[in-house]
Amino acid sequence: MAAEAVERTSRLVRQHRGRADALIEVLHQVQELYGFLPRPALHQVARELQLPLARVYGVASFYHLFRLEPPAAHRCAVCLGTACFVKGGAELAAQLEQRLGVRLDAPAGDGSWALEHVSCLGACGQAPVLVVDGQLAPKLPLDDPRALALRFTALGLDPRP
Amino acid sequence: MTAPQSLQLRCCDASGCRSAGAGALHAALLQARDQLGGAAEGVAIKPVGCLRLCGRGPLVALDRPGSGGIYAGLTPEQAPELLAVAAGLSHGLADQRLGPDHPFFALQQPVVLEGCGRVDPTSIDDALAMGTYGQLQRVLAECTPEQVREQVKRSGLRGRGGAGYPTGLKWDTVALQPAGLRYVVCNADEGDPGAFMDRSVLESDPHRLIEGLAIAAYAVGAQQGYVYVRAEYPLAIERLQLALKQARARGLLGAGIAGSSFNLRLEVRVGAGAYVCGEETALLASIQGQRGTPRPRPPFPAQSGLWGHPTLINNVETLAAIPAIIREGGDWYGAMGTAGSKGTKVFALSGAVANTGLVEVPMGTSLRTVVLTIGGGVPGGEGPDGGVKAVQTGGPSGGCIPAALLDTPVDYESLRQLGSMMGSGGMVVMGESTAMPAVARHFMRFSVAESCGKCVPCRAGTVQLLELLDRFAEHRASLADLERLEQLCGMVQATSLCGLGQAAPNPVLSTLRHFRQEYQAACRAPQLCEPLTSCSLEAKGP
Ligand SMILES: Cc1cc2nc3c(=O)[nH]c(=O)nc-3n(C[C@H](O)[C@H](O)[C@H](O)COP(=O)(O)O)c2cc1C
Ligand code: SF4
Ligand code: FES
Repeated sequence: MAAEAVERTSRLVRQHRGRADALIEVLHQVQELYGFLPRPALHQVARELQLPLARVYGVASFYHLFRLEPPAAHRCAVCLGTACFVKGGAELAAQLEQRLGVRLDAPAGDGSWALEHVSCLGACGQAPVLVVDGQLAPKLPLDDPRALALRFTALGLDPRP
Repeated sequence: MTAPQSLQLRCCDASGCRSAGAGALHAALLQARDQLGGAAEGVAIKPVGCLRLCGRGPLVALDRPGSGGIYAGLTPEQAPELLAVAAGLSHGLADQRLGPDHPFFALQQPVVLEGCGRVDPTSIDDALAMGTYGQLQRVLAECTPEQVREQVKRSGLRGRGGAGYPTGLKWDTVALQPAGLRYVVCNADEGDPGAFMDRSVLESDPHRLIEGLAIAAYAVGAQQGYVYVRAEYPLAIERLQLALKQARARGLLGAGIAGSSFNLRLEVRVGAGAYVCGEETALLASIQGQRGTPRPRPPFPAQSGLWGHPTLINNVETLAAIPAIIREGGDWYGAMGTAGSKGTKVFALSGAVANTGLVEVPMGTSLRTVVLTIGGGVPGGEGPDGGVKAVQTGGPSGGCIPAALLDTPVDYESLRQLGSMMGSGGMVVMGESTAMPAVARHFMRFSVAESCGKCVPCRAGTVQLLELLDRFAEHRASLADLERLEQLCGMVQATSLCGLGQAAPNPVLSTLRHFRQEYQAACRAPQLCEPLTSCSLEAKGP
């Protein structure tokens, strides 16, 4: 895997003709490859794009979507944008903290779930919404605990044993 | 546009309805048609973009002479019944049907959204059949860049990304820079919480945006452009990429477009989750592969933008309005709206309101019409204001308008006078159960998280503001805190470098202005406060 990923990273850089302005695109693709941005990969990107390492780190750490640590196996994002806030997004987050036994936005631990917040997914018409492993889950029924529990289960959000 | 002759079901395949099960419904409809045969075989089933009433998805529109309409909240099990209705064999599903006279649709005036929900966003042939790229071709064959800019100036169109700068003037500024390279950039970063207009345009009618951007490039003399889309919109990115590929293959982008001597290369750049990158100078830095931190203006991007060259930056909705303006003429567009705010505006209506989704109305339409008539008010809400407590406009740079001012016309100036903003067009309705200091804290948390940290007033000031707002939200504030809150707001507003910091106090100031009594009630000794009658709510007009 490692050697292959290194080779593929080189290919990515070549595809962008080694242009420095492609840094963000390259980082997106490297993150897709590894699931996060490992240090050696950042070094490689810096070398091959002929950029100072500080520039590459600076960019990788600036943008919220770039992860410098390995992610948890599963990720659940709760929207806390304004529409979801009005529709009880914070309450939803609190219930999920309880259920999954993790803190919102806690750095990835050794558990299988990471619970994070997002600030609007553009699905405000269906608030409150979650994203579970990339799948958008709309209209969580906060006013009906039994229906809510069923939705959680259907989404694979099982209570911590 | 003439109504199609044939029977047709248009199935929303935008991300809102997809998450509500549009995929399974579409498959069930295709299967049911095969099984039913007979009259059902004459019903076309077409995937389209957003049908606008996003909160009631999955939605399907039926085109049928005399009895068309939109069917809401459909399940795959209802597919055979819907086909029977389409074929004229049944009158079922009546309680899920919304006719064109339904208030959510009746008062809308689609211009930017005219193709949204009608055209198949994945098919350039369908787009061409609806007339897309017709104006680009006409302009290239018949008009000078000056003539194009003249129509845009006449239209009175102002930027829909938030600031409302006159679009025609901006185009002139770029076009009249000394000869040399120039760029066009479409800002599709749409970061304001509560906004989803641009996402819908990208997912529903990407060719219209490309046409608008190409006309803009011609008008300012640019041959290279970028569309900067936020990474949170995967379907929008996919559809835009596909549309660009199709347009290149048809010679509508690239070298010698449509037989003219005009060349244009367009590329997509995907953001990486930083709200501040919606700010134009930060966006340019991000396109160049750098950290997305704003820089002082001037020089404005129109003078010195990407790699130091004059760069036109416009919002998605601004550019998507261009083809209709060129087709019908600037005067046609300018005849809609108000004196200072021309044309139509798309709003994303959400929150505590019965009908959530996309609303395009002429500028100057009252908030009451949008929120109560079109939106249907707060579910279960009563009274003349339909249970509405406030309407939030302008996202984290805007403010909350109290129910007492629902008759305000929605235009740039009126909203600004009330201490809010048009912003990009998000409109979040709040009912009685929402506490205003909590709303202010919500936005301040957002600003703290999204401040890029380049300047101290914003980086440190927003953190201090948040600490103060925590006290109010948790009912442990003092009178002195109220004073400090106001002072600090003024300081952050006056001394921050970019719009994010300058506008971060707005949600606080506007809720202080219209809901001061809630802050006072959150003080430990409310009886020491100024009399409640000094609140603007009490002093509402005649
Ligand atoms: C913090 C901040 C965020 C912004 N976000 C956006 C955005 O998401 N989309 C957008 O079109 N404009 C956004 N703007 C406004 C842009 O800076 C710019 O004015 C706009 O893209 C110009 O296009 P227009 O004239 O067509 O509105 C933002 C501004 C600020 C200060
Ligand atoms: S005002 Fe805030 S976001 Fe803007 S440059 Fe300063 S720190 Fe960055
Ligand atoms: S506020 Fe949650 S999707 Fe927009």
